[in-house]
Amino acid sequence: MDNNREFLMRRLHSLLGVIPIGLFLTQHLIVNHFATQGVEAFNQAAHFMANLPFVIFLEIFVIYLPLMYHAFYGLYIAFTAKNNPGHYSYMRNMLFVAQRYTGVFLVVFIAWHIFETRFQVAIGAGEADFNMMENILSNPLMFAFYVVGVLSATFHFANGLWSFFVTWGITVSAKAQRYSTYFTLLVFIVLSIIGIRALFAFV
Amino acid sequence: MGEAAKTVIFEIERQNSTDESSYWEKFELPYRANMNVISALMEIRRNPVNMDGKKTTPVNWDMNCLEEVCGACSMVINGKARQSCTALVDQLEQPIRLQPMRTFPVVRDLIVDRSRMFDSLKKVKAWVPIDGTHDLGEGPRMPERKRQWAYELSKCMTCGVCLEACPNVNDKSDFIGAAPLSQVRLMNAHPTGAMNRDERLNAIMGEGGLADCGNSQNCVESCPKGIPLTTSIAALNRDVSIQMFRNFFGSDQSFFVSAENTQAWLKQMSFAPVFAILTK
Ligand code: HEM
Ligand code: SF4
Ligand code: FES
Repeated sequence: MDNNREFLMRRLHSLLGVIPIGLFLTQHLIVNHFATQGVEAFNQAAHFMANLPFVIFLEIFVIYLPLMYHAFYGLYIAFTAKNNPGHYSYMRNMLFVAQRYTGVFLVVFIAWHIFETRFQVAIGAGEADFNMMENILSNPLMFAFYVVGVLSATFHFANGLWSFFVTWGITVSAKAQRYSTYFTLLVFIVLSIIGIRALFAFV
Repeated sequence: MGEAAKTVIFEIERQNSTDESSYWEKFELPYRANMNVISALMEIRRNPVNMDGKKTTPVNWDMNCLEEVCGACSMVINGKARQSCTALVDQLEQPIRLQPMRTFPVVRDLIVDRSRMFDSLKKVKAWVPIDGTHDLGEGPRMPERKRQWAYELSKCMTCGVCLEACPNVNDKSDFIGAAPLSQVRLMNAHPTGAMNRDERLNAIMGEGGLADCGNSQNCVESCPKGIPLTTSIAALNRDVSIQMFRNFFGSDQSFFVSAENTQAWLKQMSFAPVFAILTK
C-alpha cells in the first residue's frame, strides 16, 4: 500500500476546496453584494476586480486551474460512492449525499455561469457590469437557476469546510465535530443571505 | 390478532453460490415468544417449506458465539447491516427481510466471505511486532487513561457491518473501510506498537487507505460495539498530516531514510526524471 499518490491527490483536492476556491467564493459573493447598494456601487466593485494587476494570471492560478482540478477529481470521487441515504438516513450521511449532488450540479452551473459572463467578456460580446446580470436574471427561469446555484455553492463550501476540518485532523472528537457543525451551519446561513440578497438586487 | 395462531413472515434473498444470481423466497413460521432471527432460521432449517407450501433447501447462514461478540452472523436485516443473533423478532417490522452483506462476496444465501477484512489488517500491519532472536523483556507501561479508550477500540470483532454501511466501500473503490483504520489507531496507541507507528501510518496513506473516507459517518452509527470509528479516523488524519511532513522533510523514522523507499516514491510520483538527475 506504499503508493501514496492517491493520498496526496485527495489532500490536494481538499486543500483547494478551501484555499483558494472557498476563499474566492466568499470574496465573489461579497463583491456581488455591492449590487444591493445600487448600480454605481456594483459597477465600481466589478470594475476594480476586473482591473486587478495581472488579473489573467490571478484568474488562471487562483480560479480556473484549482477549480478544474477540484471539479474533475470531485466528479470522480462523487461517482465512486454508492449512496445509501434510504436505509442509513443519518444526518451526516444525508449531508454526504448532498455534498456530492451539489458538487455535480455546480459543474453545470459554474460552466454555464462562466460562459454567460466571463466568456462573453473575453470574446468582446459584453461587459461584466450590473446591466449584464440584470439581463440574465430578468428571466425567471434563470433567476431560479441562479438561486439554486448560489445555495448549492454555499452549502457545498460550508459542508466541505466541515469535512476539511476532519480531513486535516483539526476536529477530532465527536464534540469538536459537533461544534464544527454549528459553525459551518452559520457559514452556510451567512453566505447564503449575502448571495441571495445580491441576486434579488438585480431584479 | 386474536384466535388465529400468530405467525412471522420472512423474505430472504438467496443465492446458491458466488456466481449464481439471487432470488427471493418467502417463509411463514409459527411465532414463539422472544424469538430472534437465528431461531427463525433454525426453524426454517428444521422444516424447509416456503410460503407457497413447496419444499425447498434450508437457508444457509453463519453463526458462532450467539452473543454479539464474534460477528459471524452479520447480515442485512430490513435494510440495515447488523448481527442476526441479537435481532429480536418482536422489535422488527414484518415481513422481515434478510439479505447477505453484498459488500463481500456471497458464499451461499446469507453467508459472505469477509477475508478482505483480514487482508486489510495485514496490509496496515495491525499487530504489535514482538518477535526477536532473544527475549526483549517487558515493554513500556501503558497509561491507564489511554488503556481505557484503547480498550473500546479493541472490541472490534471484524464483523464487517461498518464496511457494509459505508457508501465508499464498494466494487468501484478499494477503500479498506473503518474497522482496519481504527485498528491502526489501537496498535499505534500501544506503547510497544508505537515503535512501528510510522510504518502503519505510511500503510494507510497508500491506495484504498485513509484518504478514501468521505465522512458519511455511517460506520460509527452502525457499529454494534459502539466503537468511536470517526474519532479514530479524524485522529489518524491528524497523525498522517504530521507524518506527511515528516516523510518529506525527514526524521529518524522517516520513510525517506531508506534510499530504497525514496527511490520507489519518486518513481511512483512520476518524478523519475528528477531522480535521474539527482543520482547522476
Ligand atoms: C464553488 C466551488 C466549490 C467549492 C468552494 C468547493 C469546496 C469544497 C470543500 C471545502 C470540500 C471539502 C474537502 C474535504 O473534504 O476535505 C469539498 C469537497 C468535495 N467537493 Fe467541492 N467545491 C466546489 C466545487 C465542486 C465541484 C464543481 C465538484 C464536482 C463534483 C465538487 C466535488 C466535491 C466532492 C465530491 C467533495 C467531497 C470530497 C470528499 O469527501 O473526499 N466540488 N469541496
Ligand atoms: S468496527 Fe464495529 S462495525 Fe466495524 S467490523 Fe468492528 S465491530 Fe464491526
Ligand atoms: S453469532 Fe457471534 S455475533 Fe452473532
